[in-house]
Parts: sequence; structure tokens; C-alpha cells
Amino acid sequence: MNGLRIPFWITALGLGLATLVAGLYPPGASFAQEPTPRGPTEDQVNAIAKGLYCPVCENIPLDVCPTTACAEWRELIREKLAEGWSEKQIKDYFVAQYGDRVLATPPPRGLNWLVYVIPPLAILAGAYILFRAMQAWRRPMPAVKEVDTAEIGAGDEYAARLEEDLRRR
Amino acid sequence: MVANLGYGALVITFLVCLFGIGAAYYGSRKNDHAWVESGRNAMLLTWPLLTVSALSIIYLLVTNHYEVDYVASVTSNSMPFYLKVTALWGGQAGSLVFWSWLMAAFASAVTLRKWDRDREFLPWVVIVSLITLAFFLALIIFFENPFLRLWQTPTGITTAMWQPAGSVPFAPSDGNGLNPLLRHPGMIIHPPMLYLGFVSFVIPYAFAIAALVTGRSDDRWIRITRRWTLIAWLFLSLGLILGGRWAYDVLGWGGYWGWDPVEIAAFMPWLTGTPFLHSVMIQEKRGMLKHWNMVLIILTYDLVIFGTFLTRSGVLSSVHAFAQSAIGPAFFGFIGLTFIVSLSLLLRRWQELKSEARMTFLLSREALFLLNNLLFLSIFVVCFWGVLFPLISELFSGQKVTVGPPFYERATGPLWAGLLFLMGVAPLSAWGHSTIKTLGRAIWKPALFSFAVIGLLLLAGVHHPIALLGFWLCAFVAAVTLYEFWRGSLARHRRSGESLPVALWNLAGRNRRRYGGYIIHLGIVLMAIGIIGIELFQTETQGTISQGEQITLGNYSITYDSLSNFDTRDGRNVSRAVVSVYRDGKYVAELYPRRDYYYESQQPMTIPGVRSTWEDDFYVLLVDWQPISSQSATFKVYHNPLVNWLWFGGFVFILGTLVAAWPDKDPEPARVRARKTVYAAT
Repeated sequence: MNGLRIPFWITALGLGLATLVAGLYPPGASFAQEPTPRGPTEDQVNAIAKGLYCPVCENIPLDVCPTTACAEWRELIREKLAEGWSEKQIKDYFVAQYGDRVLATPPPRGLNWLVYVIPPLAILAGAYILFRAMQAWRRPMPAVKEVDTAEIGAGDEYAARLEEDLRRR
Repeated sequence: MVANLGYGALVITFLVCLFGIGAAYYGSRKNDHAWVESGRNAMLLTWPLLTVSALSIIYLLVTNHYEVDYVASVTSNSMPFYLKVTALWGGQAGSLVFWSWLMAAFASAVTLRKWDRDREFLPWVVIVSLITLAFFLALIIFFENPFLRLWQTPTGITTAMWQPAGSVPFAPSDGNGLNPLLRHPGMIIHPPMLYLGFVSFVIPYAFAIAALVTGRSDDRWIRITRRWTLIAWLFLSLGLILGGRWAYDVLGWGGYWGWDPVEIAAFMPWLTGTPFLHSVMIQEKRGMLKHWNMVLIILTYDLVIFGTFLTRSGVLSSVHAFAQSAIGPAFFGFIGLTFIVSLSLLLRRWQELKSEARMTFLLSREALFLLNNLLFLSIFVVCFWGVLFPLISELFSGQKVTVGPPFYERATGPLWAGLLFLMGVAPLSAWGHSTIKTLGRAIWKPALFSFAVIGLLLLAGVHHPIALLGFWLCAFVAAVTLYEFWRGSLARHRRSGESLPVALWNLAGRNRRRYGGYIIHLGIVLMAIGIIGIELFQTETQGTISQGEQITLGNYSITYDSLSNFDTRDGRNVSRAVVSVYRDGKYVAELYPRRDYYYESQQPMTIPGVRSTWEDDFYVLLVDWQPISSQSATFKVYHNPLVNWLWFGGFVFILGTLVAAWPDKDPEPARVRARKTVYAAT
């Protein structure tokens, strides 16, 4: 053990951490663009377009869709912003024009509630089944003899278990 | 001529499949080995036959036989040779042939193994594989024939295998060309990897069904297919990772995963295959969860078919398109049938598959594995429902809705965090017996370390609460995993006196599945770091600038230098900008974001210019430019912190899977080993 004061796992983690911190620092979170006198910035347009989906190109958010139709839509958002519309007004306008599918998630009303209700219910049901199964398993039962660590010596419990695990692979 | 040969080979393969199914079934019923052997030979014949068919398509593709509809739709004169070859899986019909060809290869390979101990499995493995293969061949022959030819009739162009009355052959002088999105090296490798993952999951399923039919209740089927399952999982994971990389490089939205239904279709078998890989260990070690493992492999198999169905039937673009196409209902029927038959087989054997042991400790390894199963299945439910709901909505209310990334991210985020936490705790718990005390004794060192990491991150200025939680989990899992390697090698070092590196090597070598698994966990941690980096810290801006002007994002800025426009020989018009990248005011790189316009398909592609380092990616897209003068241009710029950890993590992940799946050398015969022990004792 001499000369191994710092276990390699700590060294490896330390090195990883240093790079990680370097990657996040300085956090480049500030948007440098300033509003121009011409009106809304492209970032403002994109911020709204990000949450919209065009009805033609499947599953591509409007802010990154390369088609001409989508470019026109972004232009429309810009015009509406310039007219002083809020994000909600613009989204409502698109929904009124093209239906709920332009939104990134279904608005919670009517049948759409199912999309939000079913997964948690299913997961809870699964958790309940697992819980009941575990309860059933925990009822008294004939003892299964496990690795007898006492024979090998309590101090070497881990090594014994490891050996056992490796033997039984 | 060649088209007829390929088509003929398909039809013969289909008939051979039907014969094989019948022969193996008859042989198994009558206990007549010759018939079973005949079924096996039928299985072995499918691969060479399908090779003929696949080679015929490739020949037609590379020799520009545009009179064949499939060739005209996926290739063109300007495409290079290698793209013409890979166009085999560039379209629907061809990719189904490719799927079947891989399926036949895997199923043949498995029937070539030694069957001495498991003779009763053979006919059923052959039957299940051949039924799956026959289903896909039927789809090809009856609905998606790649050898259909174009014919000119008085009313227009039509497709048919044989010349319709009153028509003349029609051959366009050029084809439509491959979808530009599919011309990227990532997309050339990504589908075969996914398909390999898909088809190899058929093998463990076939053995599971064989075990159910023959009534063998031990874990033999799991032991035989352990490596197959790992290989299936390896390819599926590789396919998913490559798909992510492809999206990042080609789709031009600064991301790697968009929760698109097509992506999720490939992800779902992974979400059930991964808990299967974990829970089979419980059956091997403790003889428990026999029913559950059956359910998982049945589910995985049907999700493989379901994934192919989702991407191949057109159901995603519209429920009505699905109802009109013949291929959709066929898939639906097959999935329903196999699912119901498999489950009824399982119910029939329910009593015989009782657990041999009990779970007594809630912190034992097996109990934690069960929690892992619950979490994976929960993510699966979210994905399954998210993909299905738009179809249900369209069907019942006529209203199409989008279930997009915010839904999946919110719903699965906490579940992924839970999985990471388990990944930290479970390796320290013991099989069978584990209590808070034993676990606490093992856990405190890595836990302490992970809290120290959080302290450092706070000092470094990271205050995002979700990021801190995520990094804490990553640090914890990494510490636990490396600590496991450390204490394992230390224990060996103390016992046998081996030096630590040798001890580490031998330790991992003695149980490659366990330590390969730990390497996979490390890969996941690295990937998670990358995902946290890009998901929580990505920043972007867009601006229109004239030549010489700058756009600034954080401590980066770019200057627009110039833009050139030219045609290439492979049918593209390329608009390529030159921008200089500065970091903290210092010049660091020159990037070339570009827009490729494909004349044949009239599709644009936005290819980013990226500067990659361990810390971050600086990712520049050319969005628009002033035509002719190109005086000004619009750029979208992303700063993606830590994203390369994601790709490196993917590499480590695959490495770990290879370690776990690499074939063992033949173990020494027991007799030799016993003799050695005697010598050593004397």
C-alpha cells in the first residue's frame, strides 16, 4: 500500500472534474444581441418559434425548419411582434389558424388530458404491483443459506463476497 | 433479367421458410429428428437465397437500371458508387430486404451452434425465427416489392412485376436520387446498426418461446442467449448513438435528440431490453423473476416489430395513410398475434415458472434491480404513450396534436435521475442479503466524494439546481464505480500479492460481464454529463451581419468573412460561408457553415461549421444570405457546453459492452482443473 496514498479513482475523478468546471466556466449565458431600432430581434422571433411546429414538416420546431414556408411563418411572427403582440397572442393566433398540432405539447383540455394522466397512472400502478410483490416475498419463508461470510472471517467480508460473486457468475 | 432472379430468390426463400416451419413442427411433434434437421437446413438455406436477392438489388442500383421503380426512386446518375450500394437500405422496399437478409444471417448463425444439451429447443428456435422471417418476406413479396418495373400504358406510368397488357417498358434517363439526409456517413452506418440490434433480439425471444413450449423452467435459455442479447443491445445502442451523432452533424438544429417518433420507435426496444439484461441476472443468480423475464423479452420482440412498423407504415404522418396502406394492418395483425400467442404460452407455464428463492431484503441487489426495471418501464410507458397519443387523438377526435420534447423531458427527467441514483447504490449492495448497515459501510466514501464535488461546483459558480443535482448523481455513480474497481483490485492484491494493475486486469477478466457493465455505467455517466451540459447550458443567438461584422455569444464571437457559391459533381449547389471564430477576443478557428441544395430532390441541407473541444462545441449555421452580392448573411450560433462528453461517453459505453460481450475462451475441462488442484495440494 505504500506509495498509493491517492487511490486512482480519486485521481481520475479529479481530472474529470477539472475539465468539467472549465467547460461550464465562464457560463456564456448572456445574449449579446441588443434590440435594433428596426424592431424585434431574430432571437426574440426564434424564442417564440421554438415552441411552435409547422403543420407541414413533421416534428421540426419552427425555429430550425429550413423550408421556405417556415421562413415565412417566422416573418409573420416578426411582424406580429413588431405590432406589439405578446407571445401568447401569437401562439393563439397560430392555433386558431392551423389547430392544436402547432403547439409542442397538446393543450390540456378534452381528450388531451389523457396524455398527461395515463403515464403517471400506469407508473403508479406498476409501483403498486412491485410493492405488493415485495410484500409477498417478505413473508416468512424457509431460510435460504447465503454466502457464509463468518467462515472466512468477518474482516474479509467484502473479499469473500466478491469471490463468491465471481465464482457464481 | 436480374430483377427476375432477385424476385425469384425472394419467392423461393418464402416457400423455404414455410417448408422449414412445417418440417420443424412436424419433427418436434413426432419426435422425428430427420424432420427437425430438415427444418434446420431450410433455415440455413434462407441466407444464401436472400444474399442472391440483395445482390440483385445492389447490381440493379449500381448499374442504373431505372426501369426498376425502386432503383429510379433512390439513385441517380450523379451518385457515387458507395452511395448506390447503400441505397439498398435507403428506401422502404430495399430496407425490408436488408432487414430480412440480416435476420436470416443471425438465425442461421444460431442454428449452427452445438445443440447437444438443448436439442428440444432446436425446432422451436427454427420455427420462431422462420415465422418472423416469413412475415417480413410476405410483406416484401406482396406489398413492398423492390423489383417492380415501370411500364408506360395509354393512361400513364404504372408499376408491375410483369408487363401489363398494352404497355411498353419505361426507363427514365435518370433517377430521383437518394434522400440527401441519408447521404451522410452516419446515416449510412446507422440503419444497419439499428437493424442488427433489432434482428438479434429475435434470437433470445426465439429461445424464450422454445423454453415456454418445451416446458423447461430453468435458466438455460437465458444462459444460451446471454451473449446474443448483449450483442443485440450493443448494436441497438450503437445505432442510437450514431443516430444522435448524425442528427447533430446533419439536421442543423444544434441538438442530437429531438424526441421524434421515429427516434422513439428505435429507443423503445432499448428501454425494455436494458431492464431485461439486468433482470436475467436475478434469474441466473437467484432463480427468481422467471415470469417477468419472459414478459420483458416478449415485449422487446414485439417492440422491435412495432418500431419497424412505426417507421415503415406511414402511420406517423397520418392514421388514415396507415389504414389505406396494406402494410400497416399486416404489421398490426402480426404484432397482435405474436403478443397474444406468446402471453398465452407464458400463462400456460405460469405454475412451472415459480421462483426458487424469495426476496427478503429490500436493499438487496435483486430488489434494487427490480426498482431499476420499474423506472425503465416507466420511461417506456411515457414514450409509448407519447408516440401513440397523436394517433389516438386523430382517430377519435380528428384533431392532430404534437407531443414534443417538453412532454418527454418533463416526464422522463426525474426517472432518469432515479436510474442514475440506483446505478450508484446497486453495485454496492449484495445479492440476497443487504441492509442499511452493510450498504452504509460501503457507500460513505463515494458519497462523501460526490458531495465534495458539488461543493467545488458551487465555488466555481454553477448554481443551476437541476444541474447540481445531475452532477451530484454523476459524481456519485462515477465514484462508486471506480471505487468498486479499486476495492476489487485491492482485495485481489492483498490475497494473491499481484500488483494492482495486474490485479485490476485479472479481476475484470474473471467476470467481464460485471466489470464490462461497470464500464458501461461509466460511459452513461460521461454521456449524462454531456447531456446536462447541452440541455441546461446551451445558448444560442441569431443575427444578420455584413462582411466584416461580428455576432457575439457569451465569450465567443464570429466575423463573417466571405461566401462562395458553386456546383459539385454529385448534383449539389453549395453555398459556403467563411467565418472566423474568436474566443475572448483571440482568434481560434475558421469555420465553413454551408447550405447544400440538391437539384434532383430539390431539398436543402444545412451543414454546420463546428469547433469542438473538451469544454464545448461552438456550432455555426448558415441560415440565409443576400443572393448574388452575398454582402450580408444570417447566422445562427450555438454554444454547446460539454457536448463532446456525450460522444466520448458513447464510445466508453460501446467499449464496456464489447468487454461484456466478448466471447470466452473455452473453459478448461473440469478434469484438467481438478488434476492441477491435486498437484498444487501435493
